[in-house]
Amino acid sequence: MNYQWNWSIFLQPTVVGDTTYLGWMFAGLQMTLMLSLSAWVIALLLGAVVGVLRTVPNKLLSGLATAYVELFRNIPLLVQLFIWYFVMPELVPQSLGDAYKQSHPVLQQFLAAMVCLALFTSARVAEQVRSGINSLPRGQKNAGLALGFTLPQVYRHVLLPMAFRLIMPPLTSEFLNIFKNSAVCSTIGLLELAAQGRQLVDYTAQPYESFIAVTVAYVAINVVVMTLMKKLEDKVRVPGYMGGK
Amino acid sequence: MVYEFDWSSIPGALPILWDGMAVSLEITLIAIVVGIVWGTLLAMMRLSSIKPLSLFAAGYVNLFRAIPLVMVLLWFFLIVPRFIADLFGLPPNTDLRLASAMIGFALFESAYYSEIIRAGIQSVPKGQMAACQALGMTYGQAMRLVILPQAFRNMVPLLLTQAIILFQDTSLVYVSALADFFGAAYKVGDRDGRLVELLLFAGLVYFVLCFAASMLVKHLQKKYQPA
Amino acid sequence: MIQISHVSKNYGSFDVLKDCSTTVSKGEVIVVCGPSGSGKSTLIKCVNGLEPFQSGEIIVNGTSVGDPKTNLSKLRAHVGMVFQNFELFPHMSITQNLAIAQVKVLGRQQDEAIDKGLKLLDRVGLKAHAHKFPGQLSGGQQQRVAIARALAMDPICMLFDEPTSALDPEMVNEVLDVMTELAQEGMTMMCVTHEMGFARRVANRVIFMDHGRIVEDDEKEAFFANPRSERAQQFLAKILHH
Repeated sequence: MNYQWNWSIFLQPTVVGDTTYLGWMFAGLQMTLMLSLSAWVIALLLGAVVGVLRTVPNKLLSGLATAYVELFRNIPLLVQLFIWYFVMPELVPQSLGDAYKQSHPVLQQFLAAMVCLALFTSARVAEQVRSGINSLPRGQKNAGLALGFTLPQVYRHVLLPMAFRLIMPPLTSEFLNIFKNSAVCSTIGLLELAAQGRQLVDYTAQPYESFIAVTVAYVAINVVVMTLMKKLEDKVRVPGYMGGK
Repeated sequence: MVYEFDWSSIPGALPILWDGMAVSLEITLIAIVVGIVWGTLLAMMRLSSIKPLSLFAAGYVNLFRAIPLVMVLLWFFLIVPRFIADLFGLPPNTDLRLASAMIGFALFESAYYSEIIRAGIQSVPKGQMAACQALGMTYGQAMRLVILPQAFRNMVPLLLTQAIILFQDTSLVYVSALADFFGAAYKVGDRDGRLVELLLFAGLVYFVLCFAASMLVKHLQKKYQPA
Repeated sequence: MIQISHVSKNYGSFDVLKDCSTTVSKGEVIVVCGPSGSGKSTLIKCVNGLEPFQSGEIIVNGTSVGDPKTNLSKLRAHVGMVFQNFELFPHMSITQNLAIAQVKVLGRQQDEAIDKGLKLLDRVGLKAHAHKFPGQLSGGQQQRVAIARALAMDPICMLFDEPTSALDPEMVNEVLDVMTELAQEGMTMMCVTHEMGFARRVANRVIFMDHGRIVEDDEKEAFFANPRSERAQQFLAKILHH
């Protein structure tokens, strides 16, 4: 194999001339971060709600929550993405579908990608939240109730604060997953990191440099997120509990 | 106006879809087998006291777990064809996409399997290894005869769950335009202008298969719960 | 104060409680004892509605616990309960543990709640630990905090569910001392416990349960002097041998 390495390619202006190829990479990185972070916020809130519902003493609510989790866990992410992007606009009320289809194409891609990643991840977060709540001693709920808390208050003040601390490690890995999963959204044309990498290959014919750069960017996201989550984990650690001081 | 469904293109497309499903299952199966074998080796390396081996395994696993599967597949579609074509002197236009996908999946999933297997090995009490050594077994014998059989029994549900995830992940070979089940469904939908129906159908099929499989795993888990 | 009449509870065909009746008057201290699985913990949890029951009635301070229209939270806010495993909230400091329910349930001001909490903490001898977290205290200390937390709600009566059985032996007395003091001040108390010394010291009546039934419900003196049932005799013999 005789491959001509050319790392300076990143500093050259793009064919379109808008910026350098490095600029494209940063645009992709920015898109990946925006998409993943916004989806994560939704996933966390929604996952907390669904996870709580799975543990409440109400057959209907917990059944619905279980159905939600199973639905989003048993269909591949790519299929879900295509359903959000291609199918949903046809099935929602026409005015809404039309408004969507007339919006900016990038906005369309972003919305579909965000909703898809958010709901997909929320089902996984919900599972973690449920197992966190279930791993707390049963007496905690009783103690809260015995003090006169209502059930929502028990969840808000007693169960969830501890459950979230317990599930920090698996939540961290779900958080990492959302960045990795966001790469799937390149398939609907959203120009995030992986898509910019492919575009670079097409325009520069320097596939190795492009892919190495993208790969390094993902590894960097991984390292940064892990470091931040470790900091957060230390910060919320309960003294005298689970390796706390 | 409500969307008018037209499912008529599905019956005629069933043979194509079935061929696609065969590709999906083929990739899944290969990746499971290679993933478990190579994953077990990686797990043993990671746990071994020989520094270079454990460092290599840790690096391998952490690297693959940090990169999106889509990127891994793109890498393998880039590298494997050149590499294999060079190695076997194949004509440059040989279609190696399936081989690339299989190799990519297998190496990627090995990283995830190795983490499951490592946890499984570590779940076997330390005293077991000591007992084996006291009986005069070598490290290899102890692993093969005592530790791994116990570890695998504990891991079966997790390994199967990972297999379901893997099966879902195979849909990502779409990035190489390889006609797996999802790729086939998309192509048919695109061809007939019936993307809505075909995508919903694909989603339904995946759901039914994966849901049934996960119920089966739950059932097995209950039945063979390690005491 | 507490009237329990004909309360039964079952899980399928398994009877947890069978036709249990008793009353606790204001200022009375009742000790409930019996072998494990006899239903005593379930009975005491029925009193503040933590365990539902299928038939019978429990009236606490004029409110029916089993009535679906009853606002259980409101009722529980005035019925203190102390648990076997303390159940302090591990992610809150001792001060927060003492204040949170006063603020969120009774609607007291934060300062007022903390003041009240610290006063009670002082009373159980732990003022110096106010800033610590539950995980940093011993079991006996945690249980004393839990008692203070319940008292901070100005309860009309207190329920104790085996408050000393999760404690190391050397810590049992510090908790019993607090409970004894409370009893002597006239608090209405219902205590599930095996501490017969405590029962002898402060109880007015002793209830003995077996297989979900109230087998004995006697004045303390009568119970210890001459338990009527054979089961209670055996139980006492075993307990006293310890």
